[in-house]
Amino acid sequence: MRETVVLMGMPVTVDIADAQADQKDMDAVFDYFRYIDEKFSTYKDTSEITKINNGEIGISDWSEDMKTVFALSLKTKEETGGYFDIFASNGKYDPSGLVKGWAIYNAAKILDERGFKNFYIDAGGDIQVRGKNSKGKNWKIGIRNPFNPQKIVKALTIKEEGVATSGTYIRGQHIYNPKKRNEFINDIVSLTVIGPNIYEADRFATAAFAMGRKGILFIDGIKNLEGYMIDNKGVATMTAGFHKYTTQRA
Amino acid sequence: MKKFLLSSSVILAFGAYVLLKSARSEYVPVSPATVQNDQITPAPDSSSVPPPQPPANNSGAFKDGQYTGSVADAYYGNVQVMAVIQGGKIADVQFLEYPNDRGTSVRINSQAMPLLTDEAIMAQSANVDIISGATQTSHAFRESLASALAKAKN
Repeated sequence: MRETVVLMGMPVTVDIADAQADQKDMDAVFDYFRYIDEKFSTYKDTSEITKINNGEIGISDWSEDMKTVFALSLKTKEETGGYFDIFASNGKYDPSGLVKGWAIYNAAKILDERGFKNFYIDAGGDIQVRGKNSKGKNWKIGIRNPFNPQKIVKALTIKEEGVATSGTYIRGQHIYNPKKRNEFINDIVSLTVIGPNIYEADRFATAAFAMGRKGILFIDGIKNLEGYMIDNKGVATMTAGFHKYTTQRA
Repeated sequence: MKKFLLSSSVILAFGAYVLLKSARSEYVPVSPATVQNDQITPAPDSSSVPPPQPPANNSGAFKDGQYTGSVADAYYGNVQVMAVIQGGKIADVQFLEYPNDRGTSVRINSQAMPLLTDEAIMAQSANVDIISGATQTSHAFRESLASALAKAKN
């Protein structure tokens, strides 16, 4: 059973291959993403993060989820030498670089608790898979060609891992180097990271992309992470162990 | 000292790579226009295809049909998407317009970075279940999709 809903401005797709899935299971996942959006969206005046940024909520009144996200963000900042930072250039907190992966990770646990073994959750191109697809085969994930969105440039065979891609999307935008705030990343266009789960893949993809070209070396140096970087000339650089995901896995 | 030597060699190797790349230009990447025939949308197998919906099924949040979004300025070009609604729900989102300002020629050096491998990206025709990419979170994508879905509202 598969359904796509636009949440947080992007398509979120849940596909449960187990036969017993019904609409209530799908709704449980989408309701969780709606809850996350209400709490963490910097576009919503009513969200907790906006109220924190406007000084309307004191730190003693933060929700448990907000405290967790800030703690995880600080930990990620330390682990990435400051390349991940939710303190944005406009002087406000923007935890969206971590919240998406964390939310997908938690949404997958909702389906685990409901007894599902075979599914994926895809939020705007960041993906957590479990088990097999409806044909009983390992899930196959394509890496989108950043120069032509109708095409893929790699097909990955994924078992239980998370896969996240950071990019300048449509070039020249969005991700800045937190250490040089007036400089945008523009020599690389896409960095895909495969990690033990989507939370790990997403946060390190975001941080490593902000490092520019050396981001792929950073990913290569972290155990359990593999990566595929594409530069603005269409040249890809991959980590030493990346190839194990591009060959058939039993 | 060891660290210094290592990082110097990384910088040197990278410098050599950049020089090599700019000096030679033998590889011409596949032009997207020549490879647009094979689709990357996952091929549905017969067991997972949902039963056909009655043509006037408006049970979901949207009216069935295809809805073209606005042309959104993506700074380097325009983005426009089309939302396909079936059974009142989103079945697909396709790109109608997308900027492409990619460099035209590159030279691959397999020794570009220590231990890491380089390659020119190549279009794959393999069927996949899911696609990972940053495209769907871009502002222009969101803008065009939102306008397409506004038209599809019941």
